[in-house]
Amino acid sequence: MPNPLRSEGEAFRFLLGAVVYFAAIAIAGVINEWAGLVVFVLLTIAVAVWWWQARAREPRHVEMVAVPHGPDDERRILVVANETVGGTQLLERITELASDANSRVLVVSPALNSPLRHLASDEDAARDAAQDRLDRSLAALATNGVTARGQVGDGDPLQAIEDALRTFGADEIVISTHPEGRSNWLERGVVENARERFAVPIHHVVVDLDREPSS
Amino acid sequence: MATVDHAAHPPVAHQSSRVDARTLGMFLFIASEIMLFGSFFTVYFFVRVAAGTAWPTPPYQLPVFVAGMNTIILVTSSFTMHWALQSIKRGNRAGLKGGLVLTFLLGLAFLLTQILEYSRIGFTPHTNAFGSVFFGLTGLHGAHVFVGLTLLAAATIRAFRGHYSAESHHGVEIPGIYWHFVDVMWIVVYTTVYIL
Repeated sequence: MPNPLRSEGEAFRFLLGAVVYFAAIAIAGVINEWAGLVVFVLLTIAVAVWWWQARAREPRHVEMVAVPHGPDDERRILVVANETVGGTQLLERITELASDANSRVLVVSPALNSPLRHLASDEDAARDAAQDRLDRSLAALATNGVTARGQVGDGDPLQAIEDALRTFGADEIVISTHPEGRSNWLERGVVENARERFAVPIHHVVVDLDREPSS
Repeated sequence: MATVDHAAHPPVAHQSSRVDARTLGMFLFIASEIMLFGSFFTVYFFVRVAAGTAWPTPPYQLPVFVAGMNTIILVTSSFTMHWALQSIKRGNRAGLKGGLVLTFLLGLAFLLTQILEYSRIGFTPHTNAFGSVFFGLTGLHGAHVFVGLTLLAAATIRAFRGHYSAESHHGVEIPGIYWHFVDVMWIVVYTTVYIL
């Protein structure tokens, strides 16, 4: 929700809006109780619609994040994946990218959570589930000969990437998602937003878990 | 093949980058204030609507006109507050001082008028539920005005001591936000308690 009290100017405009809103309700209410109720309902709907449209018109804030790079002789690969973190396509791609002897791999598994649980700071189960997937992924990578470090990240994949970049100077980022139509991340434009926000090459790997060989 | 990585770069920032700390602080402040006023308005709703208490309970009358004048005073004080901040943003120190002094005086006039109104209103918080709710809501708001006046006094004294500039005026902006919030709450209180 936009905060109307972020600056004195916004607070002042909010006050003017409140004066008009309550004055209209009070005048109508004094004339007739039902007229007051009607004005209240109509104005409230009008304010809600205006607020909703104003939010939609607001330009999306994209902040380019500077990405620190590691030593020149190192190739640092940051992998961000959640449910698809153990997918065969992703493991193959990481193995391919990390074939260089000086490669370093960091796998981040965002702790996806429901909005309600997120608001209630109830993240233990989400983090446990993400850690479990991460452990299996790291074990699978080790089987393929890739030794990688892993960490559970923020539920917002872009935030998880940004947090990881603060301690890991990535040369490239791999984002793994479900196929189009089943991927919540693709619907939210996570890959496009990451390309706008982070100044490093970003690889998108689609993992179709339905076509994965059952283990 | 790849090797185990360990952090080679220190964190850039020592805070969560998800929410700006000042924005988060203001959110929490607004949330707590809404809950506080909301609890008082809940009592008002139950007494007036659910319990069907006559509002105001005869033979008492609410001083709607005086409170209306007070509303105009308080809304005007928001304009002077806005003027003060706009002045310092343009480097106009005289405007800042004038705006802050006027805002403080208008706020003080509001509070003194409210105290005078209390002394002449003819009922007390002990009279009945109507009296308790009236004094509870208006008194809670009055306490906020008092806090706002304290902040304004500090900002005014600092302004006269040469503080604040076009680049640095956070000490005026924050009391300004608070003052506008207090004004908005009064408009809600005045409309619901005095008018409707």
